Amino acid sequence: MNWILENLDLIGTLALEHLRQSLWAIAAGFLVSLPLGWAAWRYKALRGLVVTGTGLLYTIPSLALLMILPVVTGMSAISEANLIVALTIYALAIMVRCVVDGLDSVDPQTRSAATAMGYGPGRRFAAVELPLAGPVILAGLRVTSVSTISLATVGILVGVTNLGYLFTNGLQRRIIPEVLAGVLAVALIALIIDLLLVLAGRWLMPWTAAQPRRARRARRARNRAPQAVGTR
Amino acid sequence: MNLLREAFTWLTDPAQWGGPNSLLLLLGQHLMYTALAVAIAAVIAIPAGWAIGHTGRGREIAVAVSGLARAVPSFGLLILLVLLAGVLHKPEAAVITFVLLAIPSILAGAYTGLESIDRKTIDAARAMGMTEREILAKVEIPLGLPLLVGGLRSAILQVAATVTIAAYVNLGGLGLPIITGLNLRRYDMVLGGALLVAALALILELLMALAQKMSVPRGLRSTRAGDRDAPGGHGAGNGNTLELQIDRPVERTRT
Amino acid sequence: MKFPMHKARAASVLALAGMLALAGCGSSDPLANEPSAGASGESDKSVVVGSQAYYSNEIIAEIYAQALEKAGFTVERKFNIGQRDAYMPQLENGSIDIMPEYTGNLLQYFEPKTSARASEDVYDELGKALPDSLAVLDQAQASDQDSYTVTEKFAKDNSVSSIEDLAKVSQKLTLGGPPELAERPYGPKGLSKTYGVDVAFSATGDTTVEDLNAGTVNVANVFTADPRIKTDKLVVLDDPKALFLASNVVPVVEADKSEELAAVINPISAKLSAEELVNLNVQSTVDQKSAQDIASAWLGSNG
Repeated sequence: MNWILENLDLIGTLALEHLRQSLWAIAAGFLVSLPLGWAAWRYKALRGLVVTGTGLLYTIPSLALLMILPVVTGMSAISEANLIVALTIYALAIMVRCVVDGLDSVDPQTRSAATAMGYGPGRRFAAVELPLAGPVILAGLRVTSVSTISLATVGILVGVTNLGYLFTNGLQRRIIPEVLAGVLAVALIALIIDLLLVLAGRWLMPWTAAQPRRARRARRARNRAPQAVGTR
Repeated sequence: MNLLREAFTWLTDPAQWGGPNSLLLLLGQHLMYTALAVAIAAVIAIPAGWAIGHTGRGREIAVAVSGLARAVPSFGLLILLVLLAGVLHKPEAAVITFVLLAIPSILAGAYTGLESIDRKTIDAARAMGMTEREILAKVEIPLGLPLLVGGLRSAILQVAATVTIAAYVNLGGLGLPIITGLNLRRYDMVLGGALLVAALALILELLMALAQKMSVPRGLRSTRAGDRDAPGGHGAGNGNTLELQIDRPVERTRT
Repeated sequence: MKFPMHKARAASVLALAGMLALAGCGSSDPLANEPSAGASGESDKSVVVGSQAYYSNEIIAEIYAQALEKAGFTVERKFNIGQRDAYMPQLENGSIDIMPEYTGNLLQYFEPKTSARASEDVYDELGKALPDSLAVLDQAQASDQDSYTVTEKFAKDNSVSSIEDLAKVSQKLTLGGPPELAERPYGPKGLSKTYGVDVAFSATGDTTVEDLNAGTVNVANVFTADPRIKTDKLVVLDDPKALFLASNVVPVVEADKSEELAAVINPISAKLSAEELVNLNVQSTVDQKSAQDIASAWLGSNG
């Protein structure tokens, strides 16, 4: 374990790199999935195409995507941009589906009520539909963030330095604590970001946290609202 | 698209389908690791999930364990286990890594499947004089099956996509041409291997989607079809809302 | 009503996100192209040092980087950038200025059919084979070349001391090495063509030496500066028909920066002997020191 203590600087630097790369991808995936998901939800014709299409992206092996993407986009394979775009694509594969599901979960009567109050489509989306779809979207965002942070480590195999360095370098030098430090640091970052997302969710959607657990559970049993799914 | 054509040329070259590193062999290895890992994970996670769903206890622990398992990067865990166990135990290290990857989805599928059942249905079963064991076997498990199969489906997709990294520690699978090509800048190999993995994942996904449809108890199938295309059609009080949680990719993570 | 409250919060979150994004752009924008250091003129003394994703290469790169820093250069490190095939385009387009390389492997990258084998010949040929934008500085005496290696026990049991002898071994042999070895000129095909030795191949990658010791492979592709050749008592097989090229450590540089870099780096290469290189590697794998510490200690006594 001495290795970990003597190399806290290195671990810290790599962790920051890792966090930065992951956050860009999570943010980009989230922001792009909103309009895509909304369009798929709003226009029936697009729904199958967009949801299935983005879902299919998930089946591309990450190593191959990191290698092929530069050929298609003209980016350098070893650039951070390459890794971030690849991670964003995987984020979309999860997020778009969740945005559609989230919007699906909004009660049509609530929507009608907003329309009746004179809300236009844009305002209705921002003020009514998005907040109500929030819990499902948040559940998706949490899975996306954990997945992205863990997946980013593969970047080291194409030359993007982050916590994945500790895996390959540790394997070459046979330093087990180095690999262990990498695994722990990735898990820790993932759990911290997850916790921050939960707190952000409670802050932005206070009505979801207000119910005590028993009531929530009873309601879940009663009508299985989608927010019960995928949450941990 | 030139790249795609080269990849197809590589894929259809008979040389790739014979010899010691035949794609057929690699495909077999890939499927074997996927099947073995998901099977072991199922043996562990399904009974645990059913116990949690039936008793309503231990959910917090399951959630915490799943969250932790998801946060662990498979790539790093695989290397760590290979270093700890030694090179003679690489296959075991890989299987443990993939089992850990598969458990959260299956566990969640098992307990959310049981939780999704209307309490009235279970009360009715109890009122009819069913024992707890009968309730579990005849009511909860059949009604929870679609979500469980959904969890298995997520797990299979994740594992099939992740077995690619096994090639990094010499365990073959369809990741081998990808990793070999990566260091040689041989785009045809990389893309050819990737296409095979994607095709495999797609076929498994279609099979599991079919299995999920079949797993809906016969008496409930008609209501489900009607509900699918009606957004918001599952408001409060709707007796049977199985479709809500089906196909949900929320449980997926990968490396 | 909760929505106005919610809106205010949403607005503040968006503002915060925007600020973060701007801050991110300021410090290091991942979408920016390559660092300007490589492309800009010679007058500024800034230099980008690259390294392979190989711990030993990283130590040498770190030695270059620290020496250049001492000489007044502003150094940017772009370490761990994979295999040769991955970083060569970076060197050629000028986004990396200097990188530790190995003469034989680099020559074979540009001239797969080269017939040069001896150290000096390889170095001369390499000079000619490089694209105009690149140059090599003096080569070091230290080399880290591919070799075929067996365990001491295997060598004794089968009385094998050169690759040639492998042809007489009756058991079916398996060769272990990185996955790409399967396609390299000195891989299984070259072994069969040059020596008439037919082997099965196993892509043992980063655990090749462990696999050799464990017996899952009989012959392994090991770099000659690997400390475990000594510590694990491995036998490097002679190569009388010159399957492998001599591969000395050599800095490959941007051609138009070669003069100013040579003044700093050539004295270092002159001091980097074969024993020194194994020593550096031992400090990394056995003593588990960081590349920075190893490099500064080495420069302290050799700089």
